Amino acid sequence: MDFDLSKPQKMLQDSVKEFLSRHCPLERVRELMGTPTAHDPELWEGLTDQGWVALTLPEAFEGLGLGAVDLAVVTEAMGASCMPGPFLSNTLGAEILARSGNDDFAAEILPGIADGETLVTVALLEETGSWDPENVRLTIAESESGLIVTGTKLFVADAESADRLLVVGRLDGDLAVVSVPRDSAGVTVEAIPGVDATRKLYRVVFDDAAGGTLVVRGDQASKALHDATRLATVAVCAELVGGMQWVLDTSVEYAKTREQFGRVIGSFQAVQHHCADMLYKLENARSAAYYAAWAVSVDDPGADRAVSVAKAYCSDAAREIGNLGIQVHGGIGFTWEHDLHLFYRRAKSNEILFGDATFHRERIAALVID
Amino acid sequence: MDLTPSPREEAYRNQARAWLDVNVPEPYKGEKSIADPSYVDYLRAWQRKLAEGGWLGITWPEEFGGQGLGSIEQSIFNEEAARATAPSVIGHVGVALIGPTIAMIGTPEQKERYLRKLLHCEEIWAQGFSEPNAGSDLGSLACRAVREGDDFIVNGQKTWTSYAQVSDWIFLLVRTDPGAPKYKGITCLLVDMKSPGISVRPLRMMSGDSVFNEVFFSDVRVPVENVLGEINGGWQVAITALMHERMNLGGAIPVELSHFLAKVVDLARQRGLTDDPVVRQKLAQATLELDVYKMTSARAMSAVGKGQAPGPEGSILKLFWSNYNQWLVQTALEIAGPYGQQMAGDYEELTYHYLRSRGNSIEAGTNEVLKNTIANRVLGLPKSY
Repeated sequence: MDFDLSKPQKMLQDSVKEFLSRHCPLERVRELMGTPTAHDPELWEGLTDQGWVALTLPEAFEGLGLGAVDLAVVTEAMGASCMPGPFLSNTLGAEILARSGNDDFAAEILPGIADGETLVTVALLEETGSWDPENVRLTIAESESGLIVTGTKLFVADAESADRLLVVGRLDGDLAVVSVPRDSAGVTVEAIPGVDATRKLYRVVFDDAAGGTLVVRGDQASKALHDATRLATVAVCAELVGGMQWVLDTSVEYAKTREQFGRVIGSFQAVQHHCADMLYKLENARSAAYYAAWAVSVDDPGADRAVSVAKAYCSDAAREIGNLGIQVHGGIGFTWEHDLHLFYRRAKSNEILFGDATFHRERIAALVID
Repeated sequence: MDLTPSPREEAYRNQARAWLDVNVPEPYKGEKSIADPSYVDYLRAWQRKLAEGGWLGITWPEEFGGQGLGSIEQSIFNEEAARATAPSVIGHVGVALIGPTIAMIGTPEQKERYLRKLLHCEEIWAQGFSEPNAGSDLGSLACRAVREGDDFIVNGQKTWTSYAQVSDWIFLLVRTDPGAPKYKGITCLLVDMKSPGISVRPLRMMSGDSVFNEVFFSDVRVPVENVLGEINGGWQVAITALMHERMNLGGAIPVELSHFLAKVVDLARQRGLTDDPVVRQKLAQATLELDVYKMTSARAMSAVGKGQAPGPEGSILKLFWSNYNQWLVQTALEIAGPYGQQMAGDYEELTYHYLRSRGNSIEAGTNEVLKNTIANRVLGLPKSY
């Protein structure tokens, strides 16, 4: 048994960190927050040049063919930089295409994703706010002129920067995924202001929108969605770990330098115990995230449980570490000027993404009780 | 990263399992009380069997009856023993802490005299560390030993001494130089519990049982040859012993907790509560935290297996265990409803655990001291005392 990253994974880790420290410092994150899409084409070009955008895509589709642990290594570093933009939404969409079994369509779209020409996102959530595809109601109808999509999707990440929307809906009662070009007639994209301004969310209305291509339907659609979401959930967990590490490091550094009552505040046990509690949650979150990454990478029979365990633990831990980090900083931690709130906001959006702790605990309960 | 067990680990596990299948005795019938000589005999017989089978002191050097293997193998065996619900090892303190320390720093005569008997349960050992005024601050211990010819004369008191009432020897920290800085005036003595002047008084805990004791020393004579390590070098000896204790702990805890969690899930079923969303959330939380505990333990073990010191993950496991166990027992009692107060029948064990678990965040390092240590040693924050 070996819990360590391999040598190539450690090199990957170093190069992503190094790349982001140069191309995505926190000043740049703040600039991008203020733009309509938070998408930086130049940064994206750098990421695609390195192959990271297509890290887990099969080589047949111009990807690097790497696994979930490698993806976790990359997104952990992205989380530590609070990297803005569509990396996660695009990864989820690309993975659905790669797993759809519709190789003709995948071969048409994925190479464009790998070289940075195309961006995709996934439209799943509806008014119910449910992450379970079982609850999807949007209608996809077949007509003489092709597929007609009707309904409203909410909290669609990066819809404005995406070229194609992978819309999850019902086709004759079957779960189905349809790829709709964003600029199709009948598609309206409207921003929803979100707590995390580094990843923009949208309401997308499909008013008898035509021009969509059926990607996959039925059991195969459920499976592709399940597997792609599982991988993307691992990526989110690792991103949360990266963010938690930043909050802990920044808080400990502050506790070592900030003085009150003539001593550094890090010499007070009340502050020390907050920091120790943060480390405790962070290291457990790290164990859970990387265990889940490994389980997904080998398609372990326990992978679903491991992913729900990781998402539940990391979601709660990131929020609590954020709470403690702000508390350790005192007043300065509560200001707009300090970068803590960027990570605090990201932690909240990641907590919600693909189901919060309550959602995943119910999944675990179904596995162990029912 | 590869979290599948290596073929070597699997082979060792199979070997352990095969031996345990044949050798684990029937569960003890009757009250498992250390005050009951027949229960003590039952436990002694089990330890002898383990020693004869070569399954005790797995990390000990082979020349002293051990297997000369690492913590990974010890952890695998602990895990299998827990899975087979094997009885506990009555001489655990000796096997895990004291034996390896004697093997490491004892004189050839001391090794010859003590180790074999310790392993084979001919002699049970107690650990004389804590005192009424030296708990978390162990270095301030005050039990005195004064040199008189070839003997030390010991006066003072120890407390929280596990199994002292059945112990033959005690591994005793005493102050031999009151003028020196506190960590530099301590000596470790190996003391025969039959020496005149020693008396043992069991400490009754809030849970009602008495595993711990107070031990009183009144002009107890200990020959100088029974010093372990250097005179006034006892603090290093104590640190070595505690380091060995940590190496021995892995493996059993997650399995025992899994057994307990399975019982709690069954209890929820019996009480018809498995559709209650609040109960489902709590059972899921219990499940996921135990999974995470196992993952963090595996990370620490993986580092140890490569000969590295565990990283930050190693420092949080004790804290994790005490938090988890206390919370799980509390949750179990909530699920038990009014039965959670019944100290009889099926519920007695549960109610006992509820009371007993209060000690978890105090014994073997209080939560507060552990957090101080994490802040200081792992995060590099200044010492607060």
